[in-house]
Amino acid sequence: MKILANGMHYSALNAAVRMSEENDIEIMNCIGQRYIGAGLSERYIDIHGTPGNALGAYLNGAEVRVDGNVQEATGDTMNAGVIEVHGCAGDATGYAMRGGKIFIEGDVGYRCGIHMKAFRTQKPAIVIGGRAGSFLGEYQAGGTIIVLGENLGGKPIVGYFCGTGMHGGEIWLRTDELTAALPEQVKSERMTLSDEAASLIKEWCARFGKDEKPYLSAVYYRLTPNADNPYRQMYTPN
Amino acid sequence: MREGQFRDPSGCAVVGVIDRSGKKMTGEGMIRAIEVMHDRSNGLGGGFAGYGIYPHYKDFYAFHLFFDTQKAQEETEAFLKRHFEIVYSSGIQTRKLPSVQNEPVIFRYFLAPLPRKLADSHLSEREYVARCVIRVNAQIEGAYVFSSGKNMGIFKGVGYPEDIGRFYRLEEYEGYAWTCHGRYPTNTPGWWGGAHPFGLLDFSVVHNGEISSYDANRRYMEMFGYKCTLQTDTEVITYIIDYLVRRQGLTLEEVAHVIAASFWATIEHKEEPARSQEMLLRRMFPSLLITGPFSIILGFEGGIMGLCDRLKLRSMICAEKGDKAYISSEESAVRLIEPSLDHIYSPAGGEPVIYKLYSQGGRA
Repeated sequence: MKILANGMHYSALNAAVRMSEENDIEIMNCIGQRYIGAGLSERYIDIHGTPGNALGAYLNGAEVRVDGNVQEATGDTMNAGVIEVHGCAGDATGYAMRGGKIFIEGDVGYRCGIHMKAFRTQKPAIVIGGRAGSFLGEYQAGGTIIVLGENLGGKPIVGYFCGTGMHGGEIWLRTDELTAALPEQVKSERMTLSDEAASLIKEWCARFGKDEKPYLSAVYYRLTPNADNPYRQMYTPN
Repeated sequence: MREGQFRDPSGCAVVGVIDRSGKKMTGEGMIRAIEVMHDRSNGLGGGFAGYGIYPHYKDFYAFHLFFDTQKAQEETEAFLKRHFEIVYSSGIQTRKLPSVQNEPVIFRYFLAPLPRKLADSHLSEREYVARCVIRVNAQIEGAYVFSSGKNMGIFKGVGYPEDIGRFYRLEEYEGYAWTCHGRYPTNTPGWWGGAHPFGLLDFSVVHNGEISSYDANRRYMEMFGYKCTLQTDTEVITYIIDYLVRRQGLTLEEVAHVIAASFWATIEHKEEPARSQEMLLRRMFPSLLITGPFSIILGFEGGIMGLCDRLKLRSMICAEKGDKAYISSEESAVRLIEPSLDHIYSPAGGEPVIYKLYSQGGRA
């Protein structure tokens, strides 16, 4: 089913998506409508345009593909399913995510993957093609975040305070040299990719039509919580 | 009920545009853009600032005023006559709309300071005008100067911003730059004076967020004669920028390093000369650090600047298309009026984005 979204209020658009008898839905001329796909466990939603905030919030198994950039809080508290963005993402992407996968072709803003967690078989993952803003994986408790660092344009692969308060999960950064000042609670190791990380990167390549080789053979740093360092003086005195 | 008499704990929307070649556009584009972000406002405030809109009166200060009573208007006009030559005055043209109610009397005055009064005051012209604005707002009950720059004007009120834009017939004004705000008042009930933008002389500020340093900032600014009469945090940002730029001579980049200064820990890792400069600015103006979430768009003569708090707790994108440059809370608002963009990005927290007219040194 095709929905022309121009001028539609988000509640009407989301009702049309939920009530659709067809599983495959294409949204054209999307312009700022919030909460698209929120909570859905089925459906394949293909969006053209610029969806609004909280795209795929609480997503529970549905798949969302966006031809364009996405705004803030994409995949907020997502439980299962896939969000694939052929563009960049705003702040707080994958906030408190607890399952499913988010693939971003370009950059993400601030606070991506904060409060991300894993539980039993639930293991969330975010793969970012470009760079990430500050506070990537702040308070991360589980799951995997991978930053591939394409088109950095002279900027660092991650911003400030990466992994602050991290106590579970892992962050992979594709970089020859780790220049970011990491908090003491984060341990960094230059490592070859785990099978799990490699398979996520392969999936990212397949979704965006990229050659796997430069990604799989590159140098990666893996960030995990530093078990040696108790959480004292977590923030700068400020 | 007015600001400050009631606390209502609880987002806002900001958008701005400039044509760096100086070509003019009506307010219609901004009205359409802010309408996309309708759900970020709650109908309790909306407003616009247009630059370059009064070319025929560009040498005069354009005062826009709200009056609650006839007495307030009489008192204010007597005050204005004592300090200025009133070159022209009239009610501001509005359009009756069911969605915009209970408007005060809204007047516009084009003013030139009386030369004798100005000379006797031993003040610079702009300081003289700023002090007059502050005096009306602080001392005349029921009168409020909400715009006081040259060749620019603020238009604001209680309602959704798109309705406020149509109420003021902004499709009939043409300017080279516009900023706009949709309000979701968080701490106080909305009233006409409390809507954004806030302005002093040619500076105007639209703001999304809430400043936790408000009282510290306000007390500091009061030492320099600024009176915060509106109990709302955006007002103090406007005065801080006026103080730092007009009275202290700081550049806008330096202002950003004062009000959205990096953490000391971050500054320590910066390279020289940025490190020393940022340390100096933090030490000189510690009381002007603004904490809490904010994204603002500053309008000034010849340009606009976007700035977020250092933690970037509010969203902002910047985009360019030919000579036009945009700053917005959300990309969708810009996409509606400019579907294909040359460049779009999201600035870092504390990173000022300044777009100026080419004639004033602006870059393409």
